[in-house]
Amino acid sequence: MNWTKKDLLGITELSKDEITLILDTAESFKDISKREVKKVPTLRGKTVITLFYEPSTRTRVSFEIAAKRLSADTINVSSSTSSYVKGETLKDTAKNLESMQPDVIVIRHNMPGAPHMLSKIVNSSVINAGDGAHEHPTQALLDLFTMREKKGRLDGLKFVIIGDIAHSRVARSNIFALKHFDSEIVCCGPPTMIPPFIEDLGVKVEYDINRAVKNADVIMMLRIQKERGGVSYIPSINEYSTIYGLKQDQVKKAKKDVIIMHPGPMNRGVEITGEVADGPYSVILDQVENGVAVRMAVLFLLTGGEA
Amino acid sequence: MKILIKKGRVIDPKNGIDEVLDVYINGGFIEKIDKHILEKGHDVEVIDAAGLVVAPGLIDVHVHLREPGYEYKESIKTGTMAAVKGGFTTVVCMANTNPVNDNKSVTEYIVNQSKTEGTCRVFPCGAITKGLKGEELAEIGEMYKAGIVAISDDGKSVKNSELLRKALEYTKLFGIPVISHCEDEDLSKGFVHEGKASIISGIDAVPSIAEEIIVKRDMTLAEYVGSPIHLTHISAKGSVDSIREVKKRFKKVTCDTCPHYFTLTDEATLGFDTDTKVNPPLRSKEDAEAIKEGLKNGSIDIIATDHAPHDFTSKDVEFNIATSGISGLETAFSLSLALVHEGVLDLKGLLRKFTETPAKVFKLPYGELSPGSAADIIIFDPDAQWTVDRKTFLSKGKNTPFHGWKLRGKNLLTIVGGKIVYREKKA
Repeated sequence: MNWTKKDLLGITELSKDEITLILDTAESFKDISKREVKKVPTLRGKTVITLFYEPSTRTRVSFEIAAKRLSADTINVSSSTSSYVKGETLKDTAKNLESMQPDVIVIRHNMPGAPHMLSKIVNSSVINAGDGAHEHPTQALLDLFTMREKKGRLDGLKFVIIGDIAHSRVARSNIFALKHFDSEIVCCGPPTMIPPFIEDLGVKVEYDINRAVKNADVIMMLRIQKERGGVSYIPSINEYSTIYGLKQDQVKKAKKDVIIMHPGPMNRGVEITGEVADGPYSVILDQVENGVAVRMAVLFLLTGGEA
Repeated sequence: MKILIKKGRVIDPKNGIDEVLDVYINGGFIEKIDKHILEKGHDVEVIDAAGLVVAPGLIDVHVHLREPGYEYKESIKTGTMAAVKGGFTTVVCMANTNPVNDNKSVTEYIVNQSKTEGTCRVFPCGAITKGLKGEELAEIGEMYKAGIVAISDDGKSVKNSELLRKALEYTKLFGIPVISHCEDEDLSKGFVHEGKASIISGIDAVPSIAEEIIVKRDMTLAEYVGSPIHLTHISAKGSVDSIREVKKRFKKVTCDTCPHYFTLTDEATLGFDTDTKVNPPLRSKEDAEAIKEGLKNGSIDIIATDHAPHDFTSKDVEFNIATSGISGLETAFSLSLALVHEGVLDLKGLLRKFTETPAKVFKLPYGELSPGSAADIIIFDPDAQWTVDRKTFLSKGKNTPFHGWKLRGKNLLTIVGGKIVYREKKA
């Protein structure tokens, strides 16, 4: 199939075929990062702007590396260094950036829908790199890529996601993506962090972490979103860690070949113990590595490359 | 000026009229309603209303005219022009202007400005508390003398139950209702309805119980005190259920809803269109159905617009920081006619919610077609097809989620006090 979309705003707007196309394309890009010369000329002459209104390490660097390995020129704009602090609106920032003819704008914003607004203003391709608690499509795509790589399939899995579901765009995007496949999705966390109506998305809810992880193929841990008020949903970090922190005991209850995932940034000792994070089942750093390949694939497809 | 409206289907809920009649207007008042009135003299404007409906001018008990203070969003002049275009001949305007209408100077300003600039009748609603701060009572008596017909801190609830009790008690002296905006502020830290759509969009959400809790509290207070309370812009099924129960024993509870609550659902917010951002938020399909049912069974007495015009810029931003509200005066009646086309209400029943009932609740001498009453009259075509185009709005607020919608039924002519103030342009 061919890619026809101008933007990548969310998983909800992707078909199963489009998701598979991105994953397959990423497959072919993964090797590039392992070569001695980690660069191909595919996007030579293209300009990619990363516009980040929220802090980020992994995602921003990952996009930048992905663009550079494809030979695109990259420019980073973050809220602390942009005219945002001088009161410029997103609309005006977008129009000004547009005047400089970028090919792709990667945006992260604390408000849901900001990338959608941007996409209506600019002709450039827009990639949502996280908008509030809404979506983080490239994260879900790299998570699926990692699951498929490690498990060989995306069907017939028990996928358990644990933590602050209410404030998590990663949870939403992963749920939307996995719903295309025949896998069981279980959301687990303190009842205050499991939003009502989540079951309408076709997921199961289990408050007890020990029951949730039983026979799991994939366990994904989420951090508490302090910047979205997540802390007020629980009595204390200490209590959260006692009840919902992922420890060896729980890992033993899962399938023998379980993989442990985390989108980062990780709070060691809170939602996950150090020994689990660094242990044999953890694929957390594989996710980061795959992130580059997936973002290369997305940049490639959006700028008109044919898979 | 004399006007003779010929051969229209005259519907007046108050007098139980629904038949083809002529209406003769003389000197600002209705002189006669009868079959075959003959025109006398050549100073009579004769309007042929054959095939059209002639009804009392509509009353909107909830509008924001934004003046004084926010004239860049709306003015009394433009707001009343929008009103008469939409079929409204009387509006009650809320107090959240700048300065707030919490004293007689502001009330007098609005009353005087309406007389000189307004095209329809304007009755101000005063604030319950000074500055809408919820701390101390505004000068209700002074404002009453200057012309307010109700009090409300619309935009938020009076959080302090004791203070609201005092307001309900104090208004007994004047016999005016307290209009309650029902919203528990601690439960409503969000921008859309909490439901399946908010789970998908990730926008911070407000549960319907934020409204229901205050509906129950305010009815409890009003019943205890024995004062009339009018619950405005009701949007949730649970609210309708509670109101129906309380009304069985306490008759001084009334309420209104707005066309968007039975026309749209939270699904409309999925595209992050800021014109769908409104407070209370667009709710679930189940809620919208309950609102219709409430209109049908009488739990909901009145349809109001909550006309909330905004400047372009305040809506042309991210969803979370966009202002709430819909510019509703020019679409409300047409959207409501869908209830007739769908069989939820008959035409007389619908018109009652726009005329007789609001007049009764707010003690306004309008909303009827009786000999001797003010000639506030509309002529509309209940079947005319038209397409909403925000560019043609007379309101400064172009913020509508209904742009491009094809609607059935349209107001064609509006008479206020015997003067034709709006006439649909022939295409």
